[in-house]
Amino acid sequence: MISTIVISGYLLLLLLLGLSSNRLFSGSGKDYQLATHSIGPFMLLMSLFGTTMTAFALIGSTGEAWQNGIGVYGKMASSSGIIHSLCFFVLGVRLWRFGREYGYATQIEFFQDRLASPRIGLLLFPILVSMVVIYILAGVLGAGTVVNVFTSGAFPSLFPGDPASPPSIGAVPPWLGSGVICVVVLLYVFFGGMRGTAWANTFQTLVFMVLGVVTFLVIAKNLGDGSIWENMRQASESVGERWKTRSDTSKSVFLTYMFIPLSVGMFPHLFQHWLTARSAEAFKLPVVAHPIFIMLVWVPCIMLGIWATTEMAHAAVPPLARLSPEVPGSANKVLPLLVKGLSSPILGGFLAAGVLAAIMSSLDSQFLCLGTMFTNNIVKEYFARGQLTDKQTVFWTRTFIVAIVFVTYLFSLLDPRGVFGLGVWCFSGFSSLFPLVFASLYWRRLTRAGAYACILAAAGSWLWLFIQAWRTGKPLAEYLLEIPIGGTTYDVMPVTAMILISTVALVAVSLVTKPLPEQTVQKFFPTRQG
Amino acid sequence: MAEHSKLGKRIVWGLVLLLIILHQDVWFWESDYLVLGVVPIGLFYHACLSVAAGVVWYLATLYAWPLDDISSVSKEAGE
Repeated sequence: MISTIVISGYLLLLLLLGLSSNRLFSGSGKDYQLATHSIGPFMLLMSLFGTTMTAFALIGSTGEAWQNGIGVYGKMASSSGIIHSLCFFVLGVRLWRFGREYGYATQIEFFQDRLASPRIGLLLFPILVSMVVIYILAGVLGAGTVVNVFTSGAFPSLFPGDPASPPSIGAVPPWLGSGVICVVVLLYVFFGGMRGTAWANTFQTLVFMVLGVVTFLVIAKNLGDGSIWENMRQASESVGERWKTRSDTSKSVFLTYMFIPLSVGMFPHLFQHWLTARSAEAFKLPVVAHPIFIMLVWVPCIMLGIWATTEMAHAAVPPLARLSPEVPGSANKVLPLLVKGLSSPILGGFLAAGVLAAIMSSLDSQFLCLGTMFTNNIVKEYFARGQLTDKQTVFWTRTFIVAIVFVTYLFSLLDPRGVFGLGVWCFSGFSSLFPLVFASLYWRRLTRAGAYACILAAAGSWLWLFIQAWRTGKPLAEYLLEIPIGGTTYDVMPVTAMILISTVALVAVSLVTKPLPEQTVQKFFPTRQG
Repeated sequence: MAEHSKLGKRIVWGLVLLLIILHQDVWFWESDYLVLGVVPIGLFYHACLSVAAGVVWYLATLYAWPLDDISSVSKEAGE
């Protein structure tokens, strides 16, 4: 019950914060979608970090370390520290500058202008929207699960649950948890727009970072009878070799996993956050601090994950010993079990709030981004002859946000657990379009046909590889390509092939097709004077 | 001055490339050594790599800031 009160209090506070940002709302479309480019370095750092970190950063990383050891940090965290900042630096700053100068609010508007092709939006729009929807769906389902796990036993008379599964007794059912989270995010995005989103993201990112460290220290203190340091040493010494090393990780998979974080270069919601920056200078803090923030959140979670495999942790939290990696979903229970077993209900409630914060700080940006894309790239473009007043822009963006939240919530009721397996495929799809955004900014010779070829090659290779993965009958996330070189077969991530194919298509087709008019090229690559 | 700027950029991009190479740390792949008796060396190394990435990106903001070569446009954009 205490956990539920803490979670409810947190959601209420968040709602008040988002709603109070509405007092600064000027009423213009630009203010609603981009906070009138007013976001400074600290809030930009928090928004970008909060948006790129999902529930996986807390619960998933602990579970993955419990299952496979420390390799997950190199595969997903340190690589992201390098590549995410690279994208902010190489793409974000330039895109901000063009967005500011030419008035873009969405990624599609940039590509339409850069390629002098209004119709490229028709090709990009469904691809980007479907990938973001998968991403949102995973967040909504994850939120329902978190609320369910942390409210277990709170309302036995309201939610009797399944007697065969004792943790479900008294727990808020996932459909209700997902619904409450959707409503909270919807309300502060609806009223606060981008400013509300940035405020909420800043608050939520602080919450999940601080709570992650506090949770780590409390669990380390209660893991044994000694001091925090003694318990940590004792737990680490008893971790099996397999979890302390990467003996089970393929080196070629580890290498090619580095292509996955390139996806942030094509996230439409991140593009919109980039455009909120007050100045180019505002990017400097996020570029520098992002890898360090990743370390602060991930390292404690991974240490907890490997400690959870030890006899010491099993003695302190007996349900951990009963978890089996063979049972789907077990990995996601590791952190909640550690928190419930080794801390107070108040901290349990706060940690649940922290995990929900990580989920919501991604959901809000995605809702707002889809609302903005529908308004600017569909309504304005095809139903309003390119003209919308500020009032109409805000109205349509809000209407689409409500519709998207509603439709996504309905989808989540179908409980499509398969979407979690689609996560890595979703990121791979965004990564396969990275060559398009990179060439748009750095290659004068990119042509319209080259850009179309890149998008079609990315979509085609994604679809073909996805069908191959589906046919194996194994979990989608485990599908790898086998590349024989010199008598040895190397496993590589499918994203490697997707990026290779889309890059070859972009370069080859651009080189054999007519260059864009000089006037268009000059707009993005002005000739230096003197 | 322009020469210094060019050299600074090359050094920074060289360091970024070095980070990417250092990320493939085959040398600690199977070592179970615990740093300070607590953190597995493979994890400790990658945590240090995250800090190193922060330092390299800090240098990048000083010596390879992308708006240097298009500063005139950024001024128009309201800088």
